[in-house]
Amino acid sequence: MREFGAFVKKEFYHILRDRRTMLIVLVMPVVLIILFGFALSTEVRNVNIAILSPSPDPTVRQIAERLDASEYFTVTQWLSTPEEINDAMKSGAVQLVIAFGPHFSGGMLSPEGSQMQMIVDASDANMAQSYTSYASGIISAFAGELAAAGDENGILTQVQFLYNPQMKSAYNFVPGIMGLIMMLICAMMTSISIVREKEMGTMEVLLVSPVRPIYIVVSKMVPYFVLSCINLATILLLSVFVLGVPVAGSLAALWLVSLIYIVANLSLGLLISTMAQQQVIALMFSGLLLMMPTMLLSGMIFPIESMPWPLRGISCILPARWYITAVRKLMIQGLPMMYAWKEIVILASMAVVLIGASLKKLNNRLE
Amino acid sequence: MEKEIVIHADRLTKQFGNFTAVDRISFDVARGEVFGFLGANGAGKTTAMRMLCGLSRPTSGTGTVAGYDIARQHEKIKRNIGYMSQKFSLYEDLKVWENIRLYAGIYGMKDAEIARKTDELLERLDFTRERNTMVKALPLGWKQKLAFSVSIFHDPAIVFLDEPTGGVDPYTRRQFWEMIYEAADRGITVFVTTHYMDEAEYCDRVSIMVDGRIDALDTPRSLKAQFGVHSMEEVFQALARKAERTE
Amino acid sequence: MPAVSVAHIVKRYGKTVALDGVSFEVEKGELFGIIGPDGAGKTTLFRIIATLILADSGTATVDGFDVVRDYKELRKRIGYMPGRFSLYQDLTVEENLSFFAAVFGTTIEENYRLVEGIYKFLEPFRKRRAGKLSGGMKQKLALCCALIHKPDILYLDEPTTGVDPVSRKEFWEMLGKLQQEGITIVVSTPYMDEANLCDRIALIKGGRFLEIDTPQNIRESFSVPLWAVRSDRMHRLLDDVRAFPGVDNCYAFGETHHFTSDAAFDAAKLCDYLHGLGHGDVALCPASATIEDCYMLLARQ
Repeated sequence: MREFGAFVKKEFYHILRDRRTMLIVLVMPVVLIILFGFALSTEVRNVNIAILSPSPDPTVRQIAERLDASEYFTVTQWLSTPEEINDAMKSGAVQLVIAFGPHFSGGMLSPEGSQMQMIVDASDANMAQSYTSYASGIISAFAGELAAAGDENGILTQVQFLYNPQMKSAYNFVPGIMGLIMMLICAMMTSISIVREKEMGTMEVLLVSPVRPIYIVVSKMVPYFVLSCINLATILLLSVFVLGVPVAGSLAALWLVSLIYIVANLSLGLLISTMAQQQVIALMFSGLLLMMPTMLLSGMIFPIESMPWPLRGISCILPARWYITAVRKLMIQGLPMMYAWKEIVILASMAVVLIGASLKKLNNRLE
Repeated sequence: MEKEIVIHADRLTKQFGNFTAVDRISFDVARGEVFGFLGANGAGKTTAMRMLCGLSRPTSGTGTVAGYDIARQHEKIKRNIGYMSQKFSLYEDLKVWENIRLYAGIYGMKDAEIARKTDELLERLDFTRERNTMVKALPLGWKQKLAFSVSIFHDPAIVFLDEPTGGVDPYTRRQFWEMIYEAADRGITVFVTTHYMDEAEYCDRVSIMVDGRIDALDTPRSLKAQFGVHSMEEVFQALARKAERTE
Repeated sequence: MPAVSVAHIVKRYGKTVALDGVSFEVEKGELFGIIGPDGAGKTTLFRIIATLILADSGTATVDGFDVVRDYKELRKRIGYMPGRFSLYQDLTVEENLSFFAAVFGTTIEENYRLVEGIYKFLEPFRKRRAGKLSGGMKQKLALCCALIHKPDILYLDEPTTGVDPVSRKEFWEMLGKLQQEGITIVVSTPYMDEANLCDRIALIKGGRFLEIDTPQNIRESFSVPLWAVRSDRMHRLLDDVRAFPGVDNCYAFGETHHFTSDAAFDAAKLCDYLHGLGHGDVALCPASATIEDCYMLLARQ
């Protein structure tokens, strides 16, 4: 046990003395959260829009006021003929035009209903989607109020955004970042740190000692386990207090599934280290074979549902995919733990298989 | 006949912060001379050699190599010197002729000249059969001989050799030194560091660095006479034991 | 019972034969040297007797334990210093030493006496990171780390490579002291002059042992006449002597050239011949063979 303690102490020395790496590890989640949260956001904020109405009546004005009052849109132009739309769009002055038919309020009371059209700059398809759904949301809400007041017989479909009423993109990427960061630290850094000992020749000396190789590698995992926990806490604090994404479900359940995920990734790192002889190889393994697929296929950026089946198949073997799904359920949707049982079971079995495989590959000798 | 000076160092000094790695060293090396540059680990040899190769700017003092100022004309110096060390020599994953071609190309030699000299070189080394061999498949001694030949392929004025024979078997080591002699006979100045003291005996003149200074500089014979000993090993032991710094 | 007993060890890497049927024994308390250039198979041999890799065929026992079957038992008794100084560069001198002590389930205090002589050189730099030590210091620290668990047998793979002559000399003095403590030492080196400091040596080339004996016996068994010659024109002398009848093999050797000769050789005629070619200061005398001469002769056969 004392041997084990000495190993762990040594690992902490390595990490604490490599200031640059430690800084990256601790700052990376913060930077990612801030980047995704603010700079790379797909959220809509103060988008300039124009209203086209040949005969602005009170309802049109009320809708325009609502749009303008929201933090998402600013009404900058009033147009009266459809010809003006093109100019407004081309100059880039507005990204969205909402066109109302003539006699809009009157139409609302008639059985045929009223007509409304949205013309959107779709050069960025994702943003175009967001503009229209945000605008629809506001108009729906307005229509709902009118209906409640009993003024009319309803025109527009009601859309309600569950769990993420403000359509914050943070709700989507926080689980993704958690999945990515913990994979990087546990799998990539653990494997590199073990392979470094091989490269430096210190592994030779350690193997010649009576210490069982399993101690050597398990002691390598401890500091990275601690670092991952620190990162998990950082991400959760940032998402709650900076991004305003609450932990809707049980915090304990969230930690449980995270710990299982961390263990799975640590074993993955160990497995990589048993196969690679050089740090570069370990880095390529974890960078290309783990990080890329995780970013692209785990559902962090692109929805899994819209992937062709081969990619969906690949995504199934990524621990991150199941972890991210579980975090969405537990943290964002606030569902009880039993709703994530499938993900938890899959992650736990992955961890067991990876531990088994890496222990089997772990050699008592150099080759 | 006045000897042509190809390396001239005048109170060359290099400081890193408070630490004086090289402390006012002065010496001249003549054309065609085999100059042994000895010293314990950490005595400042590497730093001094880097300054002479134009890779590191002296803190003070001046020096010329092949007639060019080491502080200002380092690009010119690089064209006129060859360099070989045990650590960096050839690309292991290139074939023998590809390595030769690459280095010759770097020094701007013409294709026809490269082809002719490559044949000559392989012939002389008895390497013709190995023309298409990957360098990594060659025995260490062969690699070192090839690396040396490549480093003087462009007929530089001076070749710097940094522990060129480390770990090489005794027979190949001697063949290597004969190649050094041949190069010197052709007028190439050889500036060599080594930890083998018998190799110090092969040099025309030897300098021994201690704590950043040059504490001895003469022919092996005069140095042995001066210290009243029979081998360069003893000269070295006598000088280097005085070293105060450990780093 | 010998401390190390190796029989017919063969190890191949693909087509390359790293060790080609090596056999030898090292007695308890002996300082045994394995002398040969890089790539001769020294490191592979160490790794096999250190339980780090498995031989393709042949057997090896250390302290009576089989290196394959009893590797766990053996690892408690072996001290090993691999070719590169295997220290943690980012740990201080003291941290390295106490870590390796802990790895072997001991403490610095417990076995301090054994390393004291070496560690006193390092004491002033206790708090310095190993990466910032000079080559000689690193070598001493690595030796301390390999000794801190008081091994019965110590393997040193090229401990003096790249180290300057002064540190090398100090290092060999330390090995002599360790030997007096009863530790069996197996050491490899490419420096032929270090062979004389061993009790017995094996000369290795291309995965085979050329000879195993005491340095003295090896030197005395040099089978052909050996001469040392010098003149004021050493470069040319080499070619001139080689061209002389009866001269077998001539090579530079420190301040003289050494050459071997056969029955047809006449020393007096060589002197005249050299004078005739314009060599001054010619000195010719029979030389006693060094290990390096022996190695070259055996390697040629």
